[in-house]
Order: sequence, then C-alpha cells, then structure tokens
Amino acid sequence: MIEIVDAGPFNTIQDLGRPGYRNIGVTASGAMDPLALKIANLLVGNDEGDAAIEVQTFPFRLRFREATVFAVTGGGDATLDGVALPPWWMQTAGAGQCLELRPSPSARAYIAFGGGVDVPPVMGSRSTSLRGAFGGIDGRFLKKDDTLRLGEPAGTLPVDGLGAVPPAKALAAFFPNAPDGTLLIRALPAGEHDLFGADAERFWSQSWKISSQSDRTGYRLSGEPVRAPASVEMRSYGIVPGVVQVPPGGEPIVQMSDANTAGGYPKIAGVVEADLWRLGQARIGSRLRFVRSSHAEARTLDRALADYVEDVRNTSQMVARALKTIAGR
Amino acid sequence: MTSSMPQPVDRSADTLAKKPPSTPAYRRQAHISTIGARAFLLEAPGDFDLPAQRRIWALARALRHWDDLGEIVPGMTNLLAIFKTTPEDPDAVTARLLDAWERAESIDIRGKTIEIGVHYGGEHAIDLAELCNRSGLSAREVVRLHYEGTYTVFALGSAPGFGYLHGLDPRIHMPRKTVPSLNMASGCVTIGGMQTGVAVLTGPNGWNSIGFADLQMFDPTADVPAIMAPGDTVRFLPERIEL
Repeated sequence: MIEIVDAGPFNTIQDLGRPGYRNIGVTASGAMDPLALKIANLLVGNDEGDAAIEVQTFPFRLRFREATVFAVTGGGDATLDGVALPPWWMQTAGAGQCLELRPSPSARAYIAFGGGVDVPPVMGSRSTSLRGAFGGIDGRFLKKDDTLRLGEPAGTLPVDGLGAVPPAKALAAFFPNAPDGTLLIRALPAGEHDLFGADAERFWSQSWKISSQSDRTGYRLSGEPVRAPASVEMRSYGIVPGVVQVPPGGEPIVQMSDANTAGGYPKIAGVVEADLWRLGQARIGSRLRFVRSSHAEARTLDRALADYVEDVRNTSQMVARALKTIAGR
Repeated sequence: MTSSMPQPVDRSADTLAKKPPSTPAYRRQAHISTIGARAFLLEAPGDFDLPAQRRIWALARALRHWDDLGEIVPGMTNLLAIFKTTPEDPDAVTARLLDAWERAESIDIRGKTIEIGVHYGGEHAIDLAELCNRSGLSAREVVRLHYEGTYTVFALGSAPGFGYLHGLDPRIHMPRKTVPSLNMASGCVTIGGMQTGVAVLTGPNGWNSIGFADLQMFDPTADVPAIMAPGDTVRFLPERIEL
C-alpha cells in the first residue's frame, strides 16, 4: 500500500492507454512518455504496460506502508528519506520511508511499483481519463491522503539498486537536439500541408515555443503564425496524438495523449510516433523545431527504441536470475 | 484542465454550411494522406451525404480483416486506418487502401432506432434565439423542424459515445460558434453546421444548444459502452416545449 502525502493537481495513474475505442469517441489516454513508463516497469520486474503514477506537478511525496520495490524514470529529482537517487533507478523502500520528487529539466516522472498500481481496469486499461472521468481513481487526479493498493510482485526481488542508462543518453545518436537545446521533432507533412502555401515552409523552419496553454490534451505552440491563403474546408476526421493542427489564428496545436478522438481543424503535419515520448517530456516554455522525416527514418527510430527496451528487459531479468542463483547457494 | 486548452471541436460543419450549393464535388477521387508514420486517412470524394458514408461503413468492415491494422476510425465521409507498426512502403499502403475503397460496395447498416425525449427551450437552449434570428423562423418552427427530422448516426467521435447525426433540415443549419460556450452541460441538444447531436460531456462546446435530453449516452463499465452506433436511426420526441 502506498499513501500520497503531498500532490499538486494533474498527477494521475497511467499505463499504456486504451487504444481500440476511438471509433466510439474514447481517447486512448496513457503515459505521455510511454518509454519511461515501460522502463520503470521493467526495472521492478513488471510487465512493461503495468499501471504507474505519472507525476507532472511537483513536488510530489508518497509514503510506503510496507517494504516495496519501486523505480523512478523520466523527469523528476527523486529522494528517499532525503537521500538522492540516481536517475532511472529502482530500489527497495522500507516501510514508512518517504519518496519525494522535485522538478527537473524533463516534464514528467513515472513511479512504478512491484506488482503495479492495482485499480480496476476500465475498457482494458487503468489509465485515468480526466475528461471522461473514468479510469485510475474514479477518473480524477491523485490527491493528498489517497492510498493505492499494489498488485502481487512478480517474485521476491533479489536486487536492490539497479539503474538504466536514460534514453536521452543511450539513444543520443538517434534523438538529437539542436546545439542551442531546441528539441528537434521528426514529422511528416499531413493532409492540408500544401494548402498553407509559402507559410508551410515557415512551419518547418522556425522554432516554436510550447505555450502555457499546454497539458496532456495538447500543446499550443507560439511563434510566427502560419495561415492558409483561403479557408480550408474540412469534415470531421479521426486523429491520433502527434497530429499538428492549425486553428484559424495560425498558431499550431499538437494533440497529445488526452486529445479528442476527432477534429476538424486543418492539419499541417503529424509527429512520427517514435518521437512522441520526447514531446511528452518537453516543458512549457521550451522550444522545438519540426524536422521533415520519412517512413524509412521512422522505422529506424522505432527499431532503436525497441532494441533499447529489449536491452533493459534482458538485463534486468539476467541480473534478477543471477542474484537469485547466488541467494540459493 | 480542458478549459485552458482550445478543444479541437469539429469546424467542418461551419464551412460546409457556408458552401454555396453550386460548388462542384469536393474531390473527384478518394484522397489519402498521413498523420504521423502509422495513420493513413482516406477521404471519400463527393458530397457530404449518406451514400458516401455507406461506402465508408463498407470500407471499415472490409478493413477489419487486415491483420496489420491496430485501429479503424470512421469519420465523416472519411476513415483513419492506424497501423500497428510503421509500414515499410507507404505508397503500397496507399494503393491497398484505394483498392479497398474502390471495392467497397455501399452497405446499409440496419441499426436500431433510438428515441430521445427532449425538453426544447428553457435554460439550456442558450442559442435558440440566435438560431431564430439567423433562420428567420420562429422558435416553435425551429423546434418543430428539429423533432420532425429523422436522423442517421454517421459516426461516433470527439467525446465518448458522441454521435454525429446527419439529416438536419437545411433551414436550421447553423455554423458553429466562433467563441465556444465554456461550460455547456452534458445532455444539451445541439446543432453544429448541418449536423445535430447530444452533448455527452460538460465542458467547452462550440455547437448551438436548443434543448436538453436527460439521457446517459455512455457508460464505460457497460458491455456496450455507447448507446449509439453508426447506422442507427435517431428521433427526437418533444417531451416539453418551453418557449
């Protein structure tokens, strides 16, 4: 059992979401950084898609009611009873110990627990849908004095203290940033791209600031507006996270995990799926630039991510097995 | 949290409603574009009408047999096909989808009929007066045209269980508002361009409200969470008219 000691708004229970229901209007939701969620789970011996806590409002504090294996990945500077933990780290906490997360350059932290957070799945997922008011704990964000039950851990965890190399470092060759720190986000032109005429080129060339009107629903970008010369006729169409739409004002919106399932604004681009985790970690006020990509490049990035996840999975299983063998002697 | 974010509400209806009737068909051939590397959007050619939507339903049915698809999302005379992994050859995917579209015969889904009791006018009908101004009709006429219509659920989307209803009398078409209502109640009976529907979530909404229906459209814990399904027929019953 976990007890929430201190939490700002918008920290929620998330897993990999509930895809498959967009045709009845249900948003997939799920972790904004699915890569960090998977690694946190693998480090504690869970399935990669078990439910964890997504923290995006700091500081955040929780207390362990009994000895519990946990991992913190993504953003957030973590301390256990005041002792700093390395980034992307798993460890066993003793009963009564307190985990605190403070803000870091990345926007969102994931806390996984051995056995996963045990809330009832709704439509195949434990993810919180704030708009739909279901999933997680009654579809709401976590608050002080909430208690969370955990599932049964996969086994006695023989290891105490194990880290993963953060993907920003391990995969730096595949996911570069500009020298000035601007996030480079790979995207493909979408249906109405060419209708923006000369403005379309400016969409790619300028850097955009993530405005304060940004959350799990989507990011509104500020910059030099891009406009289509004539009003664009659209019929409502299904959307996915990463779609970059341009409302009449000319400042793009990137739809994220909690976006509506359908939209009608003209779409200028679509972020490749392999870059969504980086967008999920981008903070309000930071800058990004869209880089024209291709299906071939998207496949290369998909493969790099899959290899990284496999590496962590194999290593954590191997370490667990090795230590179990030693313990059995 | 949603209030801080402009909602990507469907704006299609506005432009469609403004489109002069003499404008030629919107496209002559089906058109395919991408959203990211895995999602492909097929847009039907021609008018926004039931024959086009019937072919979209047929296409959706045909695509259920494609093992490499993760999700099929029919929209308004369009369909989003989301692949499980990034396709190696996007041109081949486009060709496959166009081929499937060409083969898709119109199907007539024999859906159920849903009758929805409506309290027309009253505190929730915040846009009824403006609709009267715009159409030159009396409130009574507007309400009558709405409840005498027979509507078809074209697609579900935007919010859980929300059905886009086709079949609204052209005399009461009304563009979506430029500035959405910030806190429209779930249950409001609304008009967005040439479509009508019943709001399923309380929150920002750009459609025009003319009444209220006390009916839960969605239950996430039910075996079939959404009451409406594509192809269903919807009728509105005037339970109360308060003008």
